[in-house]
Amino acid sequence: MPKQDSMRRWEDLGPVAENGLFDRRAFFKGGAAFAATMTGYTLSESSRAQALVDDPWSATVGTPTGPYETRSRFESSVVRTLTNPTGAPRSQQSRTPHHLIDGTFTPNGLHFAISRTGPPDIDPEQHRLVIHGLVRQPLVFTLDSLMRYPMESRMTFVECGGNSAPLWSPEPIDATVQSLHGYVSCAEWSGVMLSTLLDEVGIDPSATWLLAEGSDALAVHRSVPISKALDDAMIALYQNGERLMPGNGYPMRLLLPGWEGNMNVKWLRRIELLDQPAMSIYEAKTYAPILPNGKAYQFYFLQEVKSFITRPSPSLSLSGPGFYEISGVAYSANGRISKVMVSADGGQSWAQAALQEPVLPKAFTRFRTPWRWDGGPAVLQSRAWDEAGNVQPTRTQIVAARGEATRVPSINGFPSQHYNGPTSWGIDSDGEVKHVYA
Amino acid sequence: MFTREFQCTTVLAILAFGLGAAFAQTPNLGEPIDEVDIAAWDIDILPDGTGLPPGNGTAAQGEPIYAQKCAVCHGVNGEGGISLALAGGEPLTNGIDTSKTIGNFWPYASTIFDYTRRAMPWLQPRTLTDDEVYALTAYLLAMHDIIDEDEVMNAETLAEVQMPNRDGFIPRFPERMP
Repeated sequence: MPKQDSMRRWEDLGPVAENGLFDRRAFFKGGAAFAATMTGYTLSESSRAQALVDDPWSATVGTPTGPYETRSRFESSVVRTLTNPTGAPRSQQSRTPHHLIDGTFTPNGLHFAISRTGPPDIDPEQHRLVIHGLVRQPLVFTLDSLMRYPMESRMTFVECGGNSAPLWSPEPIDATVQSLHGYVSCAEWSGVMLSTLLDEVGIDPSATWLLAEGSDALAVHRSVPISKALDDAMIALYQNGERLMPGNGYPMRLLLPGWEGNMNVKWLRRIELLDQPAMSIYEAKTYAPILPNGKAYQFYFLQEVKSFITRPSPSLSLSGPGFYEISGVAYSANGRISKVMVSADGGQSWAQAALQEPVLPKAFTRFRTPWRWDGGPAVLQSRAWDEAGNVQPTRTQIVAARGEATRVPSINGFPSQHYNGPTSWGIDSDGEVKHVYA
Repeated sequence: MFTREFQCTTVLAILAFGLGAAFAQTPNLGEPIDEVDIAAWDIDILPDGTGLPPGNGTAAQGEPIYAQKCAVCHGVNGEGGISLALAGGEPLTNGIDTSKTIGNFWPYASTIFDYTRRAMPWLQPRTLTDDEVYALTAYLLAMHDIIDEDEVMNAETLAEVQMPNRDGFIPRFPERMP
């Protein structure tokens, strides 16, 4: 009897999809039997670990604890990549190294940041936020006064409308997940709900839009429907518990959970209520993607359901056959992630991934899948669903609807916006990981 | 008692919401300000021309200003350089990565005036006079034969310019549009 039980267990724990993908619950119910299944390759006698000895750092006292902790010197290579490090007269982008971090929120120093003219050096004492236009009474707020308002905190991702743009290329551009998807990050933001301030200025019934404008040199401005402002918009003052980073809008930014990054206006100094959209350059031109029929989408607003695998991924090669955890992030402007499926054979067969709790709306959800690499070619891919019933399109579907670039763009280029198709990582028999189309 | 009072207040406040009544429960720490004192910040130009300042300019007046302040980045003839091209524009059906220019893409002339005034030149934003911005806008429009060479751009005429791609746009989420 015990033997039969053990046999049945073995079958239960077998791969649920081709090329070595296991059930997402395998870790929890499998125990030792699962470990044996997963390993599948035993280490030889000669690979035994060496005898342990005291290390030099254990033989002496450590360094003094500083007032603001910085990372171990061994982590100094975990950094954002920059498109314009010298601040030449054009936009500056920095990308989150998704393949080198884990969990669901992005450390402040690694949160992506894009600015047109560089983050301004704002004195918080002098900064003002004015709300005016179609209101009963225009009002000016100082940071000190906002600090006395009721606040809320929420985890939410911010994603540039141009994130993942290299995937519009007709040929796969071999690059890291940081280069391909680095313009999305997730943080816990705290601040004052915009609806509270709009109540105080008194919305004129004719107001349908608001214009939000920054105090940067370019004075970036975007139009937002009043309905979004009253739903969940926030004047964010804190990012992961500390004041906003300069690159993310210090001392205050507009936060529109799930909506196009550029609309989350940083260094916010002015909100004007209007009866029409302002048609700023960013809504009239930059973030209006051209469609195959020559028309263009306007007011894309939402960052739709998307996922990508962060590990394994290019630059993180596999060190030999055996067990690996496939891990990545999924998110949607339409609420919570409801399901993520993972494939190891380029989308032929799928296994459901485990979702790390808590699964929050409009926030990163970490997914994980146990995988046994047999040492042969594999193509890893993920696909996400959200609670509103939206599913991440296949590459065929998104290309049919939105087209493809006519030529291979620069990795820093933006041939179009709002790509939310899948990302495929091809693995060769040496364990090298490359970006491929599947 | 407190609960009932609170509910009544909330209901009244919700009823009055559209009329612009303030909630008694919020801190009310904003300082009132007159629109005239917001003027230095209130720089946006709307598609219907709202916000356009007094002043005027023509393409002929814009040409030397362009040569002096714009050509170094955007090219002598607007063909682009370290900054994007302003001139030309292939048909948008050529591909989703077709370069978007004033000629083939921008739906409103107000956006040209607005962006030029608020952001250009890159290193000296908001240093152009309103007459200079009108002249540069006229120069860029005439470059694409959208207006005649001698047409004067001012608050009235600029709002009436019909851009070639005005009807080329589809709201991505119509149900979310006001």
